[in-house]
Amino acid sequence: MKIISSSLLVLSLFAFYSCTKNLNQSPAYGLNSEVVYSDPNNYINVLSKLYSGLSMTGLQGPAGQADIAGIDEGFSAYVRVLWNLQELPTDEAVCGWNDPGIPTLNKMQWNADDGWVKGMYYRIYYQITLCNEFIYQSRDERLDERGFSDADKEMIRMYRNEARFLRSLSYFHAMDLFGNVPFVTEEDRVGAFQPERISRTDLFNYVESELIDLSNVLSAAGTVDYGRATREAAKTLLAKVYLNAEVYSGSNRYDDCRNYCEQVINSGAFQLDVDYQHLFLADNQNSSEVIFPVVYDGLYAQTWGGTTYLVCGALGGSMNAADYGVNGKWGGLRSTSTFVNKFPDTTEDSRFLFYREGQELEITNLGTFTQGYAYPKYKNVTSVGDVGSNNGTSAHVDIDFPMFRLADVYLMLAESAYRNGDQGTALNYINLLRERAYGNSNNNISSISLDDILDERSRELAWEGSRRTDLIRFGKFTSGDYVWPFKGGDVSGIGTSSHLELYPIPTSDLILNPNLTQNPGY
Amino acid sequence: MKKAKLFNLFFCTFLCVGWSVAQNASLSGTVKDTDGTALYNVKVVIDGTGQGAITDDRGLFSIKGVPPGSYTVTAKLFEYQDLSQEVTLAQEPVILDFVMKKDQVMDEVVVIGYGTMRSKDLTGSAVVVGEKNFVKGSMATPEQLIMGKVSGLKVNTNDGAPGSGSTIRLRGGTSINASNDPLIVVDGVPLDNGGIAGAANPLSLINPNDIASFVVLKDASATAIYGSRGANGVILITTKKGNGVNNEKLKVTLNSKSSISTISKYADVLSADQFRDVVGQNGTNAQSALLGDASTDWQREVFRSSFVADNNVSLTGGIKNFPYRLSFGNRLDNGLLKRDRMMRNSLSLNINPSLFDKHLNIEINQKLVQTNSFFANRGALGAAYFDPTQPVYSDTTIYGGYWEWLDNNDKPNTLSARNPVGLLNQKEDVSRVQRYIANAKLSYKLHFFPMIKAVINVGTDLSQGSGDVLIPSTSASGYFTDGSYNEYRSTKQNKLFESYLNFNNGEKNSKHLVDITAGYSYQDWSTESPNLPVYNAAQDSVIYPEAANPFYTKNVLLSYYGRGIYSIADRYVLNASVRMDGSSRFSPETRWGLFPSASAAWIISEEKFMEDLSWLNMLKFRFGYGVTGQQDGIGDYAYISNYFEGTTTAQYLFGGVPYIVYRPGGFDANLKWEETQSYNIGLDFGILKDRVSGSLDFYRKNTTDLLATVTVPAGTNFTNEILTNVGSMRNEGIEFSINAGLVAKKDFRLDMTANISHNINQVLKLTQIPDSTSAGILLGGISGGIGNTVQVHRVGFPTFSFLLYEQQYDANGAPIQAGTAAPDGTTYTELDAFVDRNEDGVINIDDRIPFGQAAPDVFMGMALNFTYKKWFGGLSMRSELGGYIYNNIHSNAGTFQSINGTQGFLSNISSLYYEDETQEITTNQLLSDHYLERADFLRMDFMNIGYNFGKLKSTNIGLNVSFVVQNVFVLTNYKGLDPEIGGGIDNNIYPRPRMYSLNLNFEF
Repeated sequence: MKIISSSLLVLSLFAFYSCTKNLNQSPAYGLNSEVVYSDPNNYINVLSKLYSGLSMTGLQGPAGQADIAGIDEGFSAYVRVLWNLQELPTDEAVCGWNDPGIPTLNKMQWNADDGWVKGMYYRIYYQITLCNEFIYQSRDERLDERGFSDADKEMIRMYRNEARFLRSLSYFHAMDLFGNVPFVTEEDRVGAFQPERISRTDLFNYVESELIDLSNVLSAAGTVDYGRATREAAKTLLAKVYLNAEVYSGSNRYDDCRNYCEQVINSGAFQLDVDYQHLFLADNQNSSEVIFPVVYDGLYAQTWGGTTYLVCGALGGSMNAADYGVNGKWGGLRSTSTFVNKFPDTTEDSRFLFYREGQELEITNLGTFTQGYAYPKYKNVTSVGDVGSNNGTSAHVDIDFPMFRLADVYLMLAESAYRNGDQGTALNYINLLRERAYGNSNNNISSISLDDILDERSRELAWEGSRRTDLIRFGKFTSGDYVWPFKGGDVSGIGTSSHLELYPIPTSDLILNPNLTQNPGY
Repeated sequence: MKKAKLFNLFFCTFLCVGWSVAQNASLSGTVKDTDGTALYNVKVVIDGTGQGAITDDRGLFSIKGVPPGSYTVTAKLFEYQDLSQEVTLAQEPVILDFVMKKDQVMDEVVVIGYGTMRSKDLTGSAVVVGEKNFVKGSMATPEQLIMGKVSGLKVNTNDGAPGSGSTIRLRGGTSINASNDPLIVVDGVPLDNGGIAGAANPLSLINPNDIASFVVLKDASATAIYGSRGANGVILITTKKGNGVNNEKLKVTLNSKSSISTISKYADVLSADQFRDVVGQNGTNAQSALLGDASTDWQREVFRSSFVADNNVSLTGGIKNFPYRLSFGNRLDNGLLKRDRMMRNSLSLNINPSLFDKHLNIEINQKLVQTNSFFANRGALGAAYFDPTQPVYSDTTIYGGYWEWLDNNDKPNTLSARNPVGLLNQKEDVSRVQRYIANAKLSYKLHFFPMIKAVINVGTDLSQGSGDVLIPSTSASGYFTDGSYNEYRSTKQNKLFESYLNFNNGEKNSKHLVDITAGYSYQDWSTESPNLPVYNAAQDSVIYPEAANPFYTKNVLLSYYGRGIYSIADRYVLNASVRMDGSSRFSPETRWGLFPSASAAWIISEEKFMEDLSWLNMLKFRFGYGVTGQQDGIGDYAYISNYFEGTTTAQYLFGGVPYIVYRPGGFDANLKWEETQSYNIGLDFGILKDRVSGSLDFYRKNTTDLLATVTVPAGTNFTNEILTNVGSMRNEGIEFSINAGLVAKKDFRLDMTANISHNINQVLKLTQIPDSTSAGILLGGISGGIGNTVQVHRVGFPTFSFLLYEQQYDANGAPIQAGTAAPDGTTYTELDAFVDRNEDGVINIDDRIPFGQAAPDVFMGMALNFTYKKWFGGLSMRSELGGYIYNNIHSNAGTFQSINGTQGFLSNISSLYYEDETQEITTNQLLSDHYLERADFLRMDFMNIGYNFGKLKSTNIGLNVSFVVQNVFVLTNYKGLDPEIGGGIDNNIYPRPRMYSLNLNFEF
């Protein structure tokens, strides 16, 4: 009996003593931040996530463990939601789906609770927060603490610069789409706080200063792997910021725009692709024209967003999915007649990529795919006609999204030159693009107006996510002077309120962050 | 009636073997209880002779043919104390009467957390449900045994699949995003609530036939001893034990249930001809061209009636001082969906010896269960909506010979549904799961100070699930990947160590009873599963490669607890408990939580001034307060900044080389316990010697630091939504239960139990800073448009409130739809269709106001049990009132537009199409309250009738036979298939079967 009672006592004491330590548990296959950043070889994997924030939607391709909650994962893809916000409320595209927020984008009837507006906003800040963490963890003093070799430090510093580029890109989108927004940098650590609001002008200054610095410290194009951000990418973005400076900050900066466009062109790292269509094919990573791509792969980078959406979403009607290297037609995206009519020529302009068989030109019902010409500009086949790496058996494509490409730089240069009175330069660069489009100089133009530049931008850059910004810069996005089918919800189009030139700050963030104020009109 | 009497006589006769020897003595008499009521069915035995008799309905017994001599005669009856008398028999007949006393009901002992308690000392709300009151029938999971039996406890099966789980809610849910499941403790081992890979439901790995009783601890004064896991109540399950002492003879019980399970209702959809007519009349040429000329009833193609067998053998007895119970059970459950199958084998062994003059009590419980399941493809549940004009089989061998929707390359249409029969027959989904729950409890009463007891309980809950899923390459669903094959495995381990000391002076001092318990507990849970790749069907290429690391997670809970009970003169009882819990799920700063409780009871009926009220034999008033916590539903490492690896299919490519991504996960370093303060006031009463008894309870539960997944300010975390402690909410309710002996005649007893519960739930706060303008948390995704939600958690409203537009109706009572023509020639706008709540001239989300919620306001249970002579039977019904359902079938499949038909395929639609004028779905139309229906229902869970044959002729075998119908009927106005829908949004569910069972029970 004594044995029993004493062993009970011993056991109890043992239990009291031994177990409190057990309350410190950490993941067995531990990848907490300490572990991750202690090995210089891991930094590329975190950087890879920062880049894939533009392409992927979660940890599992094509879907699973989503980055963004509260929105369908496929909808939350950066390129997909950016594309929708930049294209659906314009003359270039409509989408026939009834998913919440799609009809309201087409009709410019969104509000501060709109799912796509939220999707973009949270995607942008997700990206910024992840970049901040990486920039913080790769600060010089932290690298010193970890005792890395000089070569490793040098490598990580370059990664850090690329993270700053990606952050600037997202802040650019925030400035362009939302205007006055929360501002967080690597100084702000994760936790319960309310970020300060930054005005659009101040954000312009911040993005400008970051990009000026980055245009000196990033790798030069051609010296790093395809896919990574270069000086030229920073300069192109800077040119874009300057081109729209008047919208963002109230004063124009066309000289600066021209300057950086010329720097990109003069770097000699990029040439116009010979064949326009090649820019949107499965092997467009080989194109000499792309300055900054968002990379996709049918096997290793699968998503329901991105170029998969741009291919499958644009297929329907009598089209044959196999011709486009995918296994299904989602029957959603088409063009308006306003956009189709920008092409006076339907046979020689290689940018006239419409699919017309069984499709009507005019749209009376947004939900009917066969109304409106289809525009299957992106195709998951290679320039030699092979199908992409998915073998046509899935929706996941190899096409990289050309976020920035040389033709855009030409167009920015042309526009900034024109706006500063240099029509000759403008004509020169516009004609370079027209020669590529027609395959000869027969259709070159000899005089040009500002509206011609806008139209040329539309023909050249349609469905590449630039249209809304361009229309706003030209004062045509909301005004009643320029309308297209379903603008403002009207079948033939009506003018809309100018407050729609900025998207609203989502109500969900306004509630949580009293530093923010809603954009006027919402 | 006469027949039954004859039966009685018949059996009495053959029990009295040896009667024919005329010269022997005879013994007869009457057995009554202390009130003078004659007792029926009393076993009167002459010890050591094997002779005996059973009393008839007048309490009379007679034993003849006893050799003269001196004997001890014992009378035995369930719920009565055995009574023995000495008698000497000679030639003369002897008359011997018995007056039997009832078992001391008031000294009934109730299992509570860490010990037992006299039920009269209970100060909290605890309800015991014994085997007698279980729901009858053939069931796979234990919680179904107490459906509708306990006030405040709502058990709803999730669907009708074999082994399917249930949603168990005690007094409403206390949480929004953490768990709302009560803690379930089996023989002292708290179970993990999480699922087991390959098992339909973790509780299906406990054989209901091994369960002796449930104790449901409802209020915080009862559950606070379980501290951080007590907020949603605690259900203590005690399994059957060997009750034999001193070499009790081996008793074998054999129970066999054979059931036919049938589908009780099919979804009401258009027939093939109706569908052809509707598409032909309203469709475009392209849509009509898609029609086929077959007539297929797809539901009848995929559902069936099936057979369920449940057989159990148990052996109980005692070998020396080792009482034991060994049982074996086998259940074969073929679901309603063709090819579904679950086979369960269970083995249970209990040994509970007392040693050293009953100073050392040992209790060893071991349960080993294995299930083998075949999961029929749940995709086939959508069969009702597959085009009925298409045939099951194509006339080719492509796609396994099944007819499929194809695109213009004759490849499967990626947007359409697949042939339901093809889905069923072209997926092999099998699993094997083992679960072992065991514990050993040593309870030692100190020899030198027997008022102190030391207890050690060591337990484990191990489960291992594995399975594989094969989709052949010849199938349409496997076409694009050459089929698929994947395996999965998962191991869960739960270790428990507890020790406590108990002081109880009950044997020495009944006037001032003191019972003090103090203890320590350690429990950990871990789950491990490898990440296995997905191959094509031939397993010669990989579709999704395995991730770099297997999945492993572990958490530890460390606790110290104490409880004191002080009972004065059986009249006043004070009870206080405290528990301190430390959880590895929280940071060192927030991981310890303190959960106290205090309660008191006043047994008024023991007071002098109550003596005059003789009809009221018991009246007890209870009051309790306690704090409990909640940590289930929180990730194990959610307070640490962790990075997670992406899969090989979600990489980024630099220079054409893919790189795996490392992603930081959102985290909340300050995550802490959810806390629920609850109050309970209760009254227990017993009238007419407990012929009528019951309880009335009022409660209020306030949950603070409510864990909710909420949006975080943009730019502050590696996620836009995080689980954090932000809110508070309240549950309030009333519960009433009553047990009554409606008829208590000699040969006819009719007992009724009934309960009614009312719970209302209100969200009080959902943001860090209280904000009445907050829209709350939107949830409740529906079919039809990706991203539509119909529910909300909003301050001031119940959780899961519906958030819809208020539909307006035209003069004919049809819902108005925007875009259609109005009688005055204009076109209806959305302002005509819906009520503009805020009168701002626009229909938008602000016009949707919360109305109605999924959970019922009131739920009830009622059961009847009767015995008439040797017949027995009963029924049990459940009703829920005040809940709502969003009928997603109606909204998404009740319009002409639901035929699809623009993407190269057609879908069948609900017959509700004929009732409705709304024929086009727009986003807002889906969000109309036109589709919100009341979910009120009354369901009869079972009805049974049986006959107890007693011992069979010239054998020692006892037999009773009964016939049970489960899911007898449902009364409801709900238009859908079944109003009992978890979560309040009705899409396709696996139909609940109606079952007819024959139940044979042998005992020898």
